[in-house]
Amino acid sequence: MDFTWFHRLGSPPYIYRLSERLAPWFGWSAAVLIASGLYGGLLLAPPDYQQGEGFRIIYVHAPSAWLSLMVYSCMATAAAVGLIWRMKVAHAVAASCAGVGAAFTAVSLITGMLWGKPMWGTYWVWDPRLTAQLILLFLFFGYMALRASYDDTSRADRLSAWLAVIGMVNVPIVRFSVEWWNSLHQSPSVMKLARASMPASMLVPLLLMLAGFTVFFLAFLSVRLRAEVLRREKHSAWVRETVANA
Amino acid sequence: MPDSMSAFFAMGGYAQYVWPSYVVALGAIALTSWSARSVLRAALAEARRAAVDGSEDA
Repeated sequence: MDFTWFHRLGSPPYIYRLSERLAPWFGWSAAVLIASGLYGGLLLAPPDYQQGEGFRIIYVHAPSAWLSLMVYSCMATAAAVGLIWRMKVAHAVAASCAGVGAAFTAVSLITGMLWGKPMWGTYWVWDPRLTAQLILLFLFFGYMALRASYDDTSRADRLSAWLAVIGMVNVPIVRFSVEWWNSLHQSPSVMKLARASMPASMLVPLLLMLAGFTVFFLAFLSVRLRAEVLRREKHSAWVRETVANA
Repeated sequence: MPDSMSAFFAMGGYAQYVWPSYVVALGAIALTSWSARSVLRAALAEARRAAVDGSEDA
């Protein structure tokens, strides 16, 4: 098998230039997807027969919650690759994920509380899903605090990577909590596409928002990762050439 | 489609929950994009300084 692509991905200048080329494509696609998702979700989708207009919180809540789990999984996978193959770029990817992951975990919790108040009568319950999602937020914070406590980047990389990998056990707990335990949280609306639980006019905007948030993460990463790579490689020749030409 | 602008903003009585949710989510997108760009600008400036110092040493 040909693994040259894997070696190329491990090369900082290659990753830097690739991210630079892809950033505007990701950015504009995310903007278009999110704008059309907002239009469909706020204006075209009919009100829910039980929750009325209040159900529209789903169009920001579900994508944020999905993103929080996806970003954590990316962070843990990149951290594991960094540990196993000692690939510096992989550690840089993991380090780039933490802040945005924490932000969208917080958004999923806040929008969930704003949805919970009118529908459940309370902002917060110590429900399995809510509790596991709160733990996810603390895992992101712990990861960032651990990194911040080391001046030596390669030590910070290795130790924080272990935390990210071990914390991965929480991801399936969040994902399947509503099926494993008796939860107040409703079960996912999208994952059971076979027996669609929503009409297309409700579902399509949700899929657009899910795709939009995902592509937004790629746009974020293609900017944030460049900063991370530059910091780590600032004394190398390719960075000197890159900043001289810019 | 909502019947009127005021009906749209009222969100069937859920305005106080729906609109803050959208503000928080879209605000997070704006804030994280801004932060990524400013971190990149800072890293570029730092790399330029390192490049200048390096060329003086040489």
